[in-house]
Amino acid sequence: MIYREAGQFRTTYVADQRIFPITQDRVAMAMLLVVAFVVVPAAASNYVLTALLVPMLVLAIAALGLNILTGYAGQFSLGTAAFMSVGAFAAYNFQLRVPGIPLLVTFVLAGLVAAGVGLVFGLPSLRIKGFYLAVATLAAQFFVDWLFTKVAWFSNDSPSGTITAQPMVIAGLPIDSPARRYLLVLSIAAVLALAAKNLSRTATGRAWMAVRDMDVAAEVIGIPILRTKLVAFGISSFYCGVSGALWAFAYLGTVEPQAFDLQRSFQILFMVIIGGLGTVMGAFLGSAFMLLFPLFLNWVLHLIVRTELRPGLLSQLELVFFGALIIVFLVVEPRGLARLWQITKEKLRLWPFPH
Amino acid sequence: MAFFVEVLVSGLLAGFMYSLVALGFVLIYKASGVFNFAQGAMVFAAAVTYAGLVSLGWSAWVAFAGSLLAMVVFALATERFVLRPLVNQPQISLFMATIGLTFVLEGLSQSVWGSEVRGLDLGIPDSPLELKGILVSKFDLVAAGTAAVLVSVLAFFFQKTRVGRALRAVADDHQAALSVGIPLERIWALVWAAAGAVALVAGLLWGSRLGVQFALTQVAFKALPVLILGGFTSIAGAIVGGLMIGASEKVAEVYLGPLIGGGIENWFPYVLALLFLLVRPDGLFGEKRIERV
Amino acid sequence: MRTRTRGWSEVAALLVALGLSAPAVAQNEQFIPMPSYRQGPYAAGGTSIYGGFIDYLNLLNMRDGGLNGVKLTYEECETEYKPDRGVECYERLKGKGPTGASVFNFLSTGITYAVIGKATQDKIPLLTMAYGRTDASDGRVFPYVFPMLTNYWSLNTDIVRFIGQREGGMDKLKGKKIVHLYLGVAYGKEPNPIFLKQAEKYGFEAKLVEVPAPGTEQQAQWLEIRQYKPDWVILTGFGVMTPAALKGAARVGYPMDHIVGNFWSGSEEDTEPVGEAAKGYISAALNPPGKDIKVIQEIERVVYGAGKGNMVNKARIGSVFYNRGVLTGIMTVEGIRVAQGKFGKKPLTGEQVRWGLEHIKIDDARLAQLGAAGFIQPMTVTCADHEAGGAVKFQQWDGTKWKLITDWIQADKALVRPMVEESATKYAKENNITPRDCSKEG
Repeated sequence: MIYREAGQFRTTYVADQRIFPITQDRVAMAMLLVVAFVVVPAAASNYVLTALLVPMLVLAIAALGLNILTGYAGQFSLGTAAFMSVGAFAAYNFQLRVPGIPLLVTFVLAGLVAAGVGLVFGLPSLRIKGFYLAVATLAAQFFVDWLFTKVAWFSNDSPSGTITAQPMVIAGLPIDSPARRYLLVLSIAAVLALAAKNLSRTATGRAWMAVRDMDVAAEVIGIPILRTKLVAFGISSFYCGVSGALWAFAYLGTVEPQAFDLQRSFQILFMVIIGGLGTVMGAFLGSAFMLLFPLFLNWVLHLIVRTELRPGLLSQLELVFFGALIIVFLVVEPRGLARLWQITKEKLRLWPFPH
Repeated sequence: MAFFVEVLVSGLLAGFMYSLVALGFVLIYKASGVFNFAQGAMVFAAAVTYAGLVSLGWSAWVAFAGSLLAMVVFALATERFVLRPLVNQPQISLFMATIGLTFVLEGLSQSVWGSEVRGLDLGIPDSPLELKGILVSKFDLVAAGTAAVLVSVLAFFFQKTRVGRALRAVADDHQAALSVGIPLERIWALVWAAAGAVALVAGLLWGSRLGVQFALTQVAFKALPVLILGGFTSIAGAIVGGLMIGASEKVAEVYLGPLIGGGIENWFPYVLALLFLLVRPDGLFGEKRIERV
Repeated sequence: MRTRTRGWSEVAALLVALGLSAPAVAQNEQFIPMPSYRQGPYAAGGTSIYGGFIDYLNLLNMRDGGLNGVKLTYEECETEYKPDRGVECYERLKGKGPTGASVFNFLSTGITYAVIGKATQDKIPLLTMAYGRTDASDGRVFPYVFPMLTNYWSLNTDIVRFIGQREGGMDKLKGKKIVHLYLGVAYGKEPNPIFLKQAEKYGFEAKLVEVPAPGTEQQAQWLEIRQYKPDWVILTGFGVMTPAALKGAARVGYPMDHIVGNFWSGSEEDTEPVGEAAKGYISAALNPPGKDIKVIQEIERVVYGAGKGNMVNKARIGSVFYNRGVLTGIMTVEGIRVAQGKFGKKPLTGEQVRWGLEHIKIDDARLAQLGAAGFIQPMTVTCADHEAGGAVKFQQWDGTKWKLITDWIQADKALVRPMVEESATKYAKENNITPRDCSKEG
């Protein structure tokens, strides 16, 4: 009833090609942006901003990147954390060694460095496919891990190999409060999400999807496989690099090579799969789920279980719950949360009528 | 020269330990096309169940039987609640489901048996043996022997028996196998139980080496380069791959390591496997994939 | 439909009831956050350490009615040893209790690094006892960080001194070969600079052998070591790396009593999996193991006697890590007690507890009062010196338990302190921090 398209006529090509062709969608999006940019920083507590929203958004950016690679282009990669690591260390080094460099330029450059590394590790994708490619990208993961721990130059000769990110300043405005950090990360995430969505609608995006569906056929009809796959790796690594830089600067404030270990790669992969492969919304939903749900579970269990259980039992049971929930989700909707949302929207279009 | 042989032999024997873990992966991938991320957790769960039963006072053989039973029950539960609802779903969803399984197993094992570090005494001393001036570990020899036996049994099973052929059919195409009348559920339960048994053996050997603790779940990552090298679907590949990875890893660490700063053991096997893959994209012994347009 | 709504309202009522039945916040409480790890690869150690910590707090509450009448409360938060979970726990717990969190102790170097900036801004001290940033020993640059008792550099000099003792004198070290076998993570690499410096000073040949994390495979490293034939091996490991190292040593036949581990590689969890084969292995002991210590006996009598002990596996009471947890409790409470002396016997803020920590003075008389004679080294924390101790004892594994074999061995402060100050000054410059002038402070 509310969600009907009846009465909305699109009279120009531009109007037809919008990301949100239905007016209700546009209104909802605008409201969401207003809430996210204005209401949340004003109303949310520091805890919610610092510990929940900022990491969720930063990892969502990485999930967007992996989604481009795995969801659109169909290249299975487990080296996501390595590219984040490259981004973090690159951003740190740019800030350190280039005096007066603007912060946003640092992030872009860090992303570009990560993209370069991604291109190199993407080369094997021309020969290798599927799970083999995934395990091969692990080479990137372990190598980058080793490189940053071993070569002291990257961490400015700190004895422990850990870097402390410099304080952030944009155009003279220090970004030191939780609200400001949140807004910075939110803006970057919004811009990158829009870019990802639009990328999927361009020729490059369509080439990616062709390669994902059947790359032999794509090659036959003339899509340049080499370029397409490498561009996917490059852009995906750019996103991961920016995410890594934000993780270091806007969230933790410090980076050690172990922060971007194999677990992190898997975590982002889970986000993309649970959220929904091949969707931009899936990156955000998956990130929220993987990051916030364990905390939510922790909070709920603490509330409900008041008796003195064996210490540690609660956190172990949480793990069991979480795993079981993932399986249940997959059984109910193997295509992820984004698909669940899509189905909801489709039902909304008909509501309150049955068909 | 003797030192080189020592390093090589030690690497080869380490490779057998990796193969043991890789075998579990291969079994499941070969028979159900699922990359079982939970294999590492299965190794840990099996080892911790055994250690837990022993600490309750059960004798070694009874504890072994008990752990085996636990793994079989796990396999049945997995087949019923995870695999059956997800028949014919894309590989990546099944992979994700095994990740959920990992969490469940890890949490369950720790809640039942606690998170203590336990020693595991298999009665095999880890003392060195001097063979013609070369140092060899008794324990490693036993592990190698076990792996060899397991592999022969499994290879025979897959090639010669009817059930083995049914397993290969299932790996090829679930729906086709169903249409020919192969009981998918029973086959899967069987394979997961077999993988569980392999995980138990691997868990006992690794647990004896490192102590039964959570870090056993990380052992699975050592097996991944073995899988890429040998091929996901080949049992022989698991052994050959294991030997090659083990040997090259150790030799590289000792001879190449000091040149670039040491500690290269983590990524070297992956880079090596990657190079091999460029030549043979499906692993040395893996099934060649034929893509049709 | 009716059944479903009934079900939901029932749940809602239950939650409301539980919320309402929550005990009203008593005002005379000091809140101590407990960011623990009881899950993951370090869960065994974490369970024992936090068990000891909680038991000590309960001892004071049960036996003495709290600290000078102020009840000590705590809340656990699972960090799984990960920096991002640690930050989340920090943010969640920092405001709890009538005056906020007193002091955080994460027992993880990675989490500590991530939280230092925030804690300094929020004015909550971090007690990073025997781990964390070594250069935070310089209290002028790190007013809110307390790497108390012994940092990794002092520890390394302690180990070298011990080896010198065993060899018959520091001059006998000349020409000897010592290997540093370490886990390839930040924590493992930290002692390397001072190790090499001591090699220069005493004339021994130093070799660094790295084990890539997590350290389950060490055959190559031990074959290398066997080839090199060092006189001593210093082991800096954590978690599974240590038993794997000891097994590796047994496999190549390297004598156990010439391997000296640091105090994170010397617990029952490390040697029990190896059993008899590890007999003779020596490690540094930040705190003595065993139940021979008065305060441990008190805990058993009062807390476990009433059935309120935190440890499920009671065999672990008196283990190395359990005692370390008790030690952590003692240090934390001592800081609060000293602060109470200045600010009054009431719940205190993080800033006040910081002052307390900075003025801790433990001498023999105080040790006797605490029931900790021989358990903690005598120490005085000052504005500039947040390490204060530097000494360790040494213990040896006899196949079934750890036994002390030395008394307190002091660190080579003359070597360590200049390096600490150099590193701290560098950090201050990088982060635009003006070091405090300790002569001006109380």
